Parts: sequence; structure tokens; C-alpha cells
Amino acid sequence: MTGRPAMRRVLGLLALAAVPTAVLAVFFLLPVSGMLQRGLWPEGSLDLGVLDVLGEERTRKVIWFTLWTSAVSTVVSVVMGLPAAYVLHRLRIPLRGVVRAALLVPFVLPTVVVGIAIRQLVGESGPLGSLGLDGTPVAILMGLVFFNVAVVIRTVGAAWEALDRRPAEAAAALGASPGQVLRTVTLPALRPAIVSSAVVVFLFCATGFGVVLMLGGTRYSSVETEIYLLTTGAITGSVEYQAAAALSLLQIAAVVALLAVAARLRAVPDPTVRRTRATAARPTRRDLPALLATGLVLLAIATPIATLVTGSLRRDGRWTLEFYRALQGTGEDAGGGGIGGGLLRVPITDALGNSLRIAVDATWMSLLLGVLVSVVVTRRAHSRAEASVRGVFDGLFMLPLGVSAVTLGFGFLITLDDPPLDLRSSPLLVPIAQALVALPLVVRVLVPVLHGIDDRQRQAAASLGAGPVRSLLTVEVPVLWRPLLAAAGFAFAVSLGEFGATSFVVRAQAPTLPVVIYRLIGSPGELNYGTAMAASVVLATTTALVILVVERLRVPGVGVL
Amino acid sequence: MLSLEGVTVAFGRQVAVDGVDLDLDDGHVLAVLGPSGSGKSSLLRAVAGLEPLRSGTVRWDGADLAGTPTHKRGFALMFQDGQLFDHLTVARNVGYPLRLRGAGRTAVRRRVADLLDLVGLGGYGDRLPRTLSGGERQRVALARSLAAEPRLLLLDEPLSALDAELRVRLAADLRRILRESATTALLVTHDQEEAFAVADRLAVMREGAVVQQGTTAEVWAHPADPATALFLGYARVLTGDAAAAVLAAAGRPAAPAVAVRRSALAARRASTSPGTAEGEPGGLAASVVAVRATPDEVRLVVDVEGVGEVDAVGAPGWLPAPGDAVTLRVDAARLAVLP
Repeated sequence: MTGRPAMRRVLGLLALAAVPTAVLAVFFLLPVSGMLQRGLWPEGSLDLGVLDVLGEERTRKVIWFTLWTSAVSTVVSVVMGLPAAYVLHRLRIPLRGVVRAALLVPFVLPTVVVGIAIRQLVGESGPLGSLGLDGTPVAILMGLVFFNVAVVIRTVGAAWEALDRRPAEAAAALGASPGQVLRTVTLPALRPAIVSSAVVVFLFCATGFGVVLMLGGTRYSSVETEIYLLTTGAITGSVEYQAAAALSLLQIAAVVALLAVAARLRAVPDPTVRRTRATAARPTRRDLPALLATGLVLLAIATPIATLVTGSLRRDGRWTLEFYRALQGTGEDAGGGGIGGGLLRVPITDALGNSLRIAVDATWMSLLLGVLVSVVVTRRAHSRAEASVRGVFDGLFMLPLGVSAVTLGFGFLITLDDPPLDLRSSPLLVPIAQALVALPLVVRVLVPVLHGIDDRQRQAAASLGAGPVRSLLTVEVPVLWRPLLAAAGFAFAVSLGEFGATSFVVRAQAPTLPVVIYRLIGSPGELNYGTAMAASVVLATTTALVILVVERLRVPGVGVL
Repeated sequence: MLSLEGVTVAFGRQVAVDGVDLDLDDGHVLAVLGPSGSGKSSLLRAVAGLEPLRSGTVRWDGADLAGTPTHKRGFALMFQDGQLFDHLTVARNVGYPLRLRGAGRTAVRRRVADLLDLVGLGGYGDRLPRTLSGGERQRVALARSLAAEPRLLLLDEPLSALDAELRVRLAADLRRILRESATTALLVTHDQEEAFAVADRLAVMREGAVVQQGTTAEVWAHPADPATALFLGYARVLTGDAAAAVLAAAGRPAAPAVAVRRSALAARRASTSPGTAEGEPGGLAASVVAVRATPDEVRLVVDVEGVGEVDAVGAPGWLPAPGDAVTLRVDAARLAVLP
């Protein structure tokens, strides 16, 4: 009796999963396995030269550098983020909404923009120039923390806001001082949020690309930038595929291990946290240290951006729009003449146009994939066959989470430029790469929302006579349209700033803005540097506008990325 | 000794507690009884120092507590749902206030064991709060509150989250435990049975103000006004001729209003021989309007001539039909004359 409907459900699930699976197979599994092949079977037979690469002095230094910068940045981000999370989510302070919205911006700011902002800040002429931090790991740490403090504030802040205040009151009524309440009640309750945010931050730091590349160059290199440098031949002068493949493999293994550990860590405490929405309290004198710390955090985030904006508007001690006018040009060639052909093949404004067009494509692609994946992953299984099919997809679609943008771009580079899949010249390759980078973010926004829809709502709709489409319109669509828009905004912002994967697959005649900024920075000449700053301001402003629209949508899940 | 003077708590423009005066002597248990929204929980939180006062004072032994934060008041607050710390075991929950004061490990262990025995949960120390039933959780919360050795124990509807049968059992336990530990306690509840079972003094609160206070027996026997009487479980308030008729039947002097408990009127089959019903002292002739049987009694709504519809009870097993004639006997002890 139940055989046919059950079969239909499994077939429906497979049909839904078909498109994302195919995309994933071609654009994820193929590149990654191609890279594995380069590393392990370079001449058609198993070669464990990979292990030699891992034993090399420089590789060990790179791994050590990645680990310690990520660990330190994570600790600093958490320490800086906690007081701000408290102040911005539990206290009634003026401009709270504005500040919270503004804090979403650093998180999605393109890495090249952050890189150049930090460089401007610690550079000779910058406000912190006298500290001599330029070209040191401290500058890299500053960049990583700049990005990730906002992640901690939003993740922990959302948890803090939803924290029932009565256990803390119960502790106070039992004689616990505010410090004791924090230590014995509040922090244990926040532990899952703190651990998740720390893991995410560590992951972002360890796979962070643009910031490290722009501030560390070839001298300080993380696993992620080292893969890039090896494949571009910047270190030895020749392209080192095997070494790059070895590092990519190592990184995949490490990230998967980290995600697994994170899942375990998160699972330990009692998961049934009582959710309420605490009303913000008026700040008291006891909150003064937290308020001060928050002020410092906001200052630390605002300063690099302010330095960047002023830097783009000043030349030789005068205010000028010269650098912005230079955006219509093609940059200054290293020769200094800039006659005829400049540094770039196209004007910088064209690159902005490219970026926007590519971002639109990447957005619809990642949304299409993301919706299909989220629906498949959150469908409740009604039979054993369905459950096992779903389980397979569940694991498959989470794979891209564990692979960094550079690995993906590198995989694209080595597998998709030969027949039968010669896509190197296809204009769709860049948006596809960016869509895959944005996909986990889209899924993370949509899955909690879909999970939150009670199946009985659909059953109620069906029992009242609503067909599948009608039921979709009544139950899913009203809940889903805002998160969809938010996910679209995120995908758009991520795509605009994407640099890691793009730098591998972008075509020289159609560069994106972040790629152009990186080219400009790497070329001598004050005009190039200034133009890079102006381009960064334009890129940052565009991203910020998109993300502030997202914030206006007030999607609850967006806080906990 | 706790004394409240003109305590007012407000949220924006909404006044939750409006000029409340209360006194509570050491060793007594005072129940603040009021319907939901009457401001009783806000009053309790104000005493605990969790809600700022708009005006008025909270004193302990004459000292104003205005500048004293919650954790220095020495008032333990037990929440409606216990608010156990879910990440700590039962023993660590109970030992929490002891560790805060830096008690030694063995001292804590001994005291925790004693307290768990006191609340009837000996041997539960290693369990996690989530694995306990609602009643057990409340017992742990009580033990934890007592571990703080509070000068005053504040109880916020401690039993109302439990089912009816458990509530009755736990109320008796609570009273015994508070007596044995000679704890001064302030209890707020909307459940008059809980208040009567646990407290020896009663304050009735309505719309932010205390409308009546006294010993439980006093308040119960003499409600201050009709609304209080109804809230205290009286079934109806009769006025005018109806009040006079019922009081006359009870052999009491006439009064403008009287509150009648359901059990004040005992119904039985009207005598069939004419003339006797009227001649019986205290008997009221009535006809049955509605009948509902319960295991303990038969609950009736009857129509009494000159009084109107009132509630009455009959012996179990006797099931009159609507329209049947019955005779009512009035129990004077279950009436309350209202001023």
C-alpha cells in the first residue's frame, strides 16, 4: 500500500538533488580529485613525494605560521568581541541598531580592501606608522582580527540576547556577585556560542587569503597563500604543482578535522537552551568597563576604514579626487610612462562593471543551488530508503564547507582547461567558482529557516485541501522570502569581494575589481597605490550598501553565521 | 523583620505595584495572593532587588536596602520553574551558594547531603537537572535556596508549575520544611489552596495594591470585598434580599452582602410529605437547575425562591434531575459576611 507513495518521495528527492549534485560533481568533485591526482599520481603512478614536501623547512614554517596567527587572532577576536556582544545586545545604548548594522560590514568587506586599509594604517605615512608594524606579522593579525571580531560579536551577541536572565537572577539571589554570576552561570550558558564562533573564526583565519597575501607577501605565508604562490611560481620561479597539491590536501584534511571537532564540542553542553528575548537594560556604573572596551573595539574597526577613505582623497598633503578620476584609466605601467597601454588591459571602471555582472550571475547560481540543497537537506524522511538517500546528500553538500577558495580555484585551474571540459575561456567560470564559495553561506541562512517550519503546518494546509503548490505558497513562501533576499545579498557581497578562487580563474581581459586592486597594489607608483585605495573605497561602499539592505530585512538566522 | 513602605514599581507608564505596605516578622510565612497581572511577582522581584523601586522603601530590621544589590541582601529567590543550572549536577546546584561563600569541600558535601535529605531527595546528588521530574526539580531548587541560609526566602509561585496532586503533597512538605528550618518566607501565588497550605499570614493583592492582609484564618473568614471573596474560592456573593434569606436560613443576623462557598449549601431530596419542608429549621426550598457529578460529591446549581440561582452540593451517589425539588441546609461556618 505504502510502496508507491514512498517510491515517489524518494524519486522526488533524487530529482530535486539532481541539479546540485551534477554541479557539485563537475565543479567541485572533479577539480578537487584532479588536484589529488596531481599530488599523488603525477606520472600515472602513486608518488609519495607529497610527504617530502610536508617535511620541508619552508612548508613547516608555513604551517606553523598559519596555526599561530589563526590561534592568536581567534583569541584576540573572542576577547575583544565578548564585551561588545554584551553591550550591543543586552544594554540600551544610543545608536545600538546603527552600530549593530555597521558591524556586519567588516565581515563581508572584500579581503583586498581590508588588506589595503591595514597597510595604509600601519604604513609609514599612516596613523600607526611610527610603530613600525608594516611588513610584520602584527599587521596580518590586525587584518584577521578586523574581519572576525564582528563574527564573534554577532554570534555570541545573538546567543546572549536570547539568554534567559532568570538563571543569572537566581544566582544573584543566592549570593553570587556580578563577577561570580558571569563566571558560573552566564559564560557556561554562552559556551556553545563562544565555541562555535571561535571555530568559525579560526577557520576563517586559517583559510584567510587576501589579507595575508597583501600584508605578508612572500615573506609571511599561510597555507592558503602558499598554495597560491606555489601555483603562480612566485617562490621558486617555476610552478610547483606537487607542493601546492600537498598543501591543499593537508588543508582539506585539517579543515574537515576541525569541523568534526567543532561539531563534537558544540554537542557537549545541554543543547536545549531556553530561548527568550531579554529586554535591553539601562547601562549602570558596573557596565562601564564593558562600555569602554566596546568603544575601543568600534574605534579599532572604524580607524582602518577611515584611514583608507582619507588616504584615497589625499595626495601630496592636499585633498583631491585625482585617484577617483584615475579609475577611468588603466593604471600606470611600471615603466612610469603610461603611454598607450597602461598596467591593465581594460579601464578600472570596466572591472567594476565586470564585478557587478559576475556577482549577479553568481548570486542566482548560488541561490538556485542553495535552495535545492536546503530543501533536500531539511526534508523529513518518511522511509528508510529516503533517510539513507538524504544522508548521502547531506554529507555531499556539506563538503564545500571544508574546502578553501584557493583550493577550489586551483582545482578549476588544473582540471577545467583541457578538453572535454575546456571552460577556461568561458565567461561563466568565474561566477560558478564564486557561487560555490558563497553556497555554504546561502545554505546556512536557509536551512535553519526551513528546519523551523513545522511539518504539521504543511499537513494542516493539505488537510484543508491545499495542493503542493498552494501549500508551498501558504506555508513556505511567507517564511522564506526574507531569508532568500538576505541570502541573495550575502551571496552578492561575497561574490563582489571574492578574490581567492577568482584570482585563479579570472581572464585577463575581463578582470574583477578585487583582482585589479591587487594588481595595482603590486605595481610601483603612487598613482597606482592611490587608485587602488579609491577602487577599494568604491568596492567597500558597494558591498556595505548591499549588506545594510540585508540587515534591514532582519532575518534572525543571519546573525549566527 | 521585613517591612515594605509605599513600595511602587513601574514599567514605563504602567504601574505594576502601587504603594504597598507590608510587614513580615521573623519565622513567619507570608503569602501574597493575587490573580495574574496583579503585580505580585513584581513586588517579589522588588524585594529581591531585581526591579528598581519608583518610590517607597524596603527595609530589613529597620535598615533601608535601596543601595544593597541582590547578591548582598541575603534573600534567596526560588523561581516558579526552579531555574536550576542545567550544566551542574543536583549536588553542585545545591552546593552553589555554599561554594560562593568559600565553604570547604567536606563541609559542602555534608551540608548538601543534609539538605537533599530534608527535601526527600537523598542520593540524587549526581543526577542532572534535566533528568528530574518537575516536582523533583522544585525540591532541588528549594534545597539550593535553603543552602544560602537566607534571612528571607522568596518563593515565586513555587508549586504552580506542578500537577494538582503533586501540588497538594509538595505544599505540605514545603510547610514542614519551612517550619523545621525556621525560615522566614515570602510566597507569591495565584493559587489560594497553595497559600492556605503553606502560609500563616496572607495578603491579597489586586491591580498593584494590597486590598487585605491578616492571618490566613482571618482573611479566609472575613474577605474584605466581593472580588476578594470570589478570588478566595467563595462560589457566589449574594446581596440584598438574597443575602438576607440565606443568612436567615443560617440563623445569622441580616447583612447587606454575604459570600457563600459551594459547600455552604447542602442539598437533599425534598421531603414528600407536604408541610415538613417549610417547618424544618434552616431549610430552603429550591429546584434543581443543573447537575454535575464528581467522585466526592454531586455539584448542583439550584434556584431558590427569593434568592435566585446558587451553587450547592449533594451526597455522592444521589443524582437528581433538573426540575426536581430539593431542600437546602445552610452551614453558617461556610458563609462570610461582607462589610
